[in-house]
Amino acid sequence: MISKFILRGLDGRLTAFLIAALAYVVLIAIGNLFIPEGSFLHVPTYAVSLMGKYLCYALLALSVDLVWGFAGVLSLGHGAFFALGGYAMGMYLMRQIGTRGVYADPTLPDFMVFLNYKELPWFWYGFDMFWFAAIMVVLAPATLAFVFGWLAFRSRVTGVYLSIITQAMTFALLLAFFRNDMGFGGNNGLTDFKDILGFDIQSDGTRMGLFAASALALCLGLIICKAVVASKLGKVLVAVRDAESRTRFLGYRVEHYKLFVWTLSAALAGIAGALYVPQVGIINPGEFAPANSIEMVIWVAVGGRGTLYGPILGAILVNGAKTYFTGAIPEIWLFALGALFVGVTLFLPKGVLGLYGMLRQRFEKTRAPRETKRTADPVSQPSEAE
Amino acid sequence: MSAHGSILYLDSVSVSFDGFKALNNLSLILQPGEMRAIIGPNGAGKTTMMDVITGKTRPDTGDVIFDSNHDLIQMDEAAIAELGIGRKFQKPTVFEHHTVEDNLYLSLKGGRGVFFALLADKTKEISERIESLFETIRLGSLRHELAGNLSHGQKQWLEIGMLLAQDPKLLLVDEPVAGMTDAETVETANLLREINKTHSVVVVEHDMTFVRDLDVKVTVLHEGSVLADGPLDKVSADERVIEVYLGR
Repeated sequence: MISKFILRGLDGRLTAFLIAALAYVVLIAIGNLFIPEGSFLHVPTYAVSLMGKYLCYALLALSVDLVWGFAGVLSLGHGAFFALGGYAMGMYLMRQIGTRGVYADPTLPDFMVFLNYKELPWFWYGFDMFWFAAIMVVLAPATLAFVFGWLAFRSRVTGVYLSIITQAMTFALLLAFFRNDMGFGGNNGLTDFKDILGFDIQSDGTRMGLFAASALALCLGLIICKAVVASKLGKVLVAVRDAESRTRFLGYRVEHYKLFVWTLSAALAGIAGALYVPQVGIINPGEFAPANSIEMVIWVAVGGRGTLYGPILGAILVNGAKTYFTGAIPEIWLFALGALFVGVTLFLPKGVLGLYGMLRQRFEKTRAPRETKRTADPVSQPSEAE
Repeated sequence: MSAHGSILYLDSVSVSFDGFKALNNLSLILQPGEMRAIIGPNGAGKTTMMDVITGKTRPDTGDVIFDSNHDLIQMDEAAIAELGIGRKFQKPTVFEHHTVEDNLYLSLKGGRGVFFALLADKTKEISERIESLFETIRLGSLRHELAGNLSHGQKQWLEIGMLLAQDPKLLLVDEPVAGMTDAETVETANLLREINKTHSVVVVEHDMTFVRDLDVKVTVLHEGSVLADGPLDKVSADERVIEVYLGR
């Protein structure tokens, strides 16, 4: 049953993507681990981690697209789910430090010793075990999303009001995590990680492993999203996006459908956060900042909403540009980002992927002008941003 | 009057929006297998009545009973739809980004649960159901077209098809021929009479020629209550009806 469900989404395009992703990871691995430094083809470790970070963002963008592109739920608070997943991983990494910390306390992380904690807070129990942390990476954001979504969707909060309360949610968490007595390291967050699953977190091999894990997570996330979107449930979601009350009059419980996809999306965002933290080496409340969540929406819009592949492309393009601009000409980055969003909204309503589709259609039209019969676009795209 | 033996029973239903009485002590009874045409000037409460029956609006007072024993006031839209009441809207609302075929697929009677939909398969039986619907609404040649690309009249027909796909006991049809050509209007009247052979139907319509074509009992609404009912010839001869429609 599960394999049939997965196979439904596995079309030619997805297979090509998966093969390309595998080739990419293998090439990077060879370039990083086997080609000696100094060679033209050598891929430095910092670049591997940078790309790993982009892949985490891509998974995050994918999760935003699942709810925004297909169910019409514009989340301006997905950063909260990302950060919660990141904190769960960060807590595990903190517990791994043990006596190697500045204060050399075997159980308490440094910041707790510094803040005069006498014992470990209850919610830190279990995070010394990887399997427990891994479960919490999914469970913490999913639970928050489930409770939040259950209340919001049942009350039929939609459109801009829903977007605003998602923004409020992440802002509230930002303020909460800034507080020292929350027990999550206050504004410094969690950092100074030493190792993960016994491997030195700074070593080339571990970095490569984390990069490969991010690529794997992205591929699995894409397979799941494709399968969901290709199922009847996916069709119902698009129906909800385009005509919510009509769907209700057909007998579908719209709130249940939204809740399912919202919770799934939050879990994916949490996994992205968990892979992100060991690669950047820190998690702090800044990840909850509303501006971050808005940026994610821009990635999706730039790549092409409602296409699944577009947001992956968008996340990598925008973050690549960000890395370049903030290094080369830092003062213009925010202007460039703003201009990008305005430009995409005005000229590329379907994003970069939509542009590709448009060009292809035009090309086919000029090549076969007599062939007027149009077939439905296999990837149904939303007409406008909501 | 009693709800016993009726398919739809409205008793003294009142709805007010900020003091405006959209429905005022409305009572109406529909027998199983009956088709009823509802007419009335703008603001007579026709659409509000549909909203009350389908659970979109809660009445302030009164009873709404479906199929002799289901109290609709306590239920939400999804529950009422599952009970067997289908609705076609005034403005045709189809799923524009789905193909014509998928519009019908989503409307087909069957499980509505999230996990059911996640694992649901388009079985042979489902395809056959869709084929027979295409025979009725004659849109088979457009099955792979996006519903958003259909003409206005085709959308109306698709929506009627979606109603039939739900296989409801009672169909509520709001202005089915608005924006249709004369030929399409005649076709639609035939289609509704065909549907009425197996379903109870309530039709709200402005178009008098169409109502005449339907040849069924007519109820005239005015200011939220029933002004007159009976065959079209009888009500159109009624002094009060003439007054309401033509003004003093």
